[in-house]
Amino acid sequence: MKKSGWLLVATALVASAAGATADTDYRAAVLRVDAPGPMPISRLDLPPADLGFAGAALGTADNATTGSFMKQKFATEMVRATPETAEAEMQRLVDAGVWWIVVLADADTTIRLADIAGDSALVVNAAATDDRLRGADCRANLLHIAPSDAMLTDAVAQYLVWKKWTDWFLIEGSHPEDQALAAAYRRAATKFGASIVEERVFEDTGGARRTDSGTVQVQEQMPAFTQRVPDHDVVVAADRAGVFAAHLPYHTWEPRPVVGSAGMVPESWHPAHEAWGATQFQTRFEKQAGRFARDEDYQAWAALRVLGEAATRTKGGDFASIHDFVLSDGFDLAAFKGQKLTFRDWDGQLRQPILLTTDRVVVSVSPQAEFLHQVSQLDTLGIDRPETACRK
Amino acid sequence: MRSTRFGILAATTALAAGPALADRIFVTNEKGNSVSVLDSESLEVIHTIEGMQRPRGITASPDGKHVYVCASDDNLVRVYDSATYEELPSLPSGPDPELFVLHPSGNPLYIANEDDNIVTVVDVNTRQVLAEVPVGVEPEGMGVSPDGKIVVNTSETTNMAHLIDTTSFEIVENVLVDSRPRFAQYTPDGKFLLVSAEIGGTVSVIDPALQEVVHKITFEVPGVLPEALQPVGVRVTADGSKAYVALGPANRVAVVDTATWEVTDYLLVGQRVWQLAFSPDGKFLYTTNGNSNDISIIDVATDKVLKSVQVGEQPWGVVTVPSP
Repeated sequence: MKKSGWLLVATALVASAAGATADTDYRAAVLRVDAPGPMPISRLDLPPADLGFAGAALGTADNATTGSFMKQKFATEMVRATPETAEAEMQRLVDAGVWWIVVLADADTTIRLADIAGDSALVVNAAATDDRLRGADCRANLLHIAPSDAMLTDAVAQYLVWKKWTDWFLIEGSHPEDQALAAAYRRAATKFGASIVEERVFEDTGGARRTDSGTVQVQEQMPAFTQRVPDHDVVVAADRAGVFAAHLPYHTWEPRPVVGSAGMVPESWHPAHEAWGATQFQTRFEKQAGRFARDEDYQAWAALRVLGEAATRTKGGDFASIHDFVLSDGFDLAAFKGQKLTFRDWDGQLRQPILLTTDRVVVSVSPQAEFLHQVSQLDTLGIDRPETACRK
Repeated sequence: MRSTRFGILAATTALAAGPALADRIFVTNEKGNSVSVLDSESLEVIHTIEGMQRPRGITASPDGKHVYVCASDDNLVRVYDSATYEELPSLPSGPDPELFVLHPSGNPLYIANEDDNIVTVVDVNTRQVLAEVPVGVEPEGMGVSPDGKIVVNTSETTNMAHLIDTTSFEIVENVLVDSRPRFAQYTPDGKFLLVSAEIGGTVSVIDPALQEVVHKITFEVPGVLPEALQPVGVRVTADGSKAYVALGPANRVAVVDTATWEVTDYLLVGQRVWQLAFSPDGKFLYTTNGNSNDISIIDVATDKVLKSVQVGEQPWGVVTVPSP
């Protein structure tokens, strides 16, 4: 990729800050692309209007506090787009010279937006977990704060293997993203020595997610669907589309725990997470947003904090120096996960521990201590350097 | 070395009329909502102070008469008579106090409020807030220079040591350190300021005159994952020759030669070691081991770990008070 173009843009941007007393201005953007989709199974999962934006606002405020000691100012433009308007909005941001653009969108949209940004901006993916974004479809100007499906499924697999729950009954949805997630679970099972004793596909037959008759049909359907399965320790649900997994716990034919898309769920964040100073993030966020933080909020916060941390460490660096620093050995981010978070140079993925959560508590945090790695224990989660399909 | 220690104990016991004359060790139990009080000779828990929520930072007045506890979930500083364990009127602290430091004169108290990005200055006699100093995001560690002129706060997300003038309450310098700075400790001669960075895995040695980092102490233990080497509590011996650094989930305390800033030894203690305190005579160092619910006792002359003693649930902070 060409660096020269970036350098020119960046120089133009900070030229006004070259004076000894002037502040360096950092202008970032969050571009959230809201695609129409079905309602979630549970109304508790309805997306808040400021999803992601609230996290970005907190990250910007944190950066500004630090910036006040560093003669740096931070401003973040929050942009709400549809799949139809997203590309024009990205072009507008790039034309305006914004070079740190956090994107909350699906995988295909994220790729399209990254290609528009080209050499002019760094695109930070704070939502899409798809492995192909870090693999065959990777981009040189794309960083990933959101953990990948491979990281999330490896996190679950490590815990299940540690529990010696190694016989899995895998249920996947019928959407392409469900199948990709199921593939990640198959890969994780092979990687950590678990066996998938049965696989079934739960077809999405459409229709409304809720009806006035409530759970009557579900209570009949789910036990029947999970009947006549070989002996298994756990039910693993791969339901990215959110069609059925929430109905699995307590409805399976055999009394087995459910993990994956329901039951014990791998996440980058959870409002019950309190270790490693996380309470401080939770209270700061809740005071500002008036609600609990979701994964997208934490990820958008971290996406802005990466910029702030790099601005601090480079003492007001421009686009090129911040980009280089973020991907260097010198960069690390403290983000309430108990250890430093860094980027993988082979695919731009942020290394991070994964929370294994239930409704009310954090059950465990992976990587599990017993799984070792020659470079970083965090690289036991996800696609490691020798395995990557990214040829950026 | 064990025999030497018991020799000292025997001699002290012979002189003492009763156990009331022993030094006492006060340990906050973050999850236990209590303070364990240990007799420094018998190393037994002789009393447990209850009635507080999430006690973390703990310190004592220079005369040893009062013990101050950051009761984080009570949003105040609780004060106890160190001889009778009676609770005295509390001090206002601002929200969620975590760590604090007393001015060498015994007043005022400087408190880090991690939720509000401020350091609260409280007069311990009038119980009035004297000042609120805005600092970086998530203030945590607090240190004070031996001459009492500068109080230091570390901010965990801003990653700085803020040097604050104790008369004007203004920040006079900000020194950038590594990620998530947890603790600030001056050397006794005031020539160096040590700041631990939990996530960065280093201790920055700051020259307060130059106001810059002149050395970074790094850690390496065979068989321990590098990411588990997380420096938190730091203490320096009274003669300034050695620094001790608690390494959190590495379950070790590093011994640092302050002449070279090299680590000379790693002492295996309990699990998730965070805070440290010397005995009043400086001969022993006590460590709080949060995940094994105990404290370890280190002989400072030999750097041997002598013993571990169970306290309450998830011990966090520790302070010692000399015999009355």
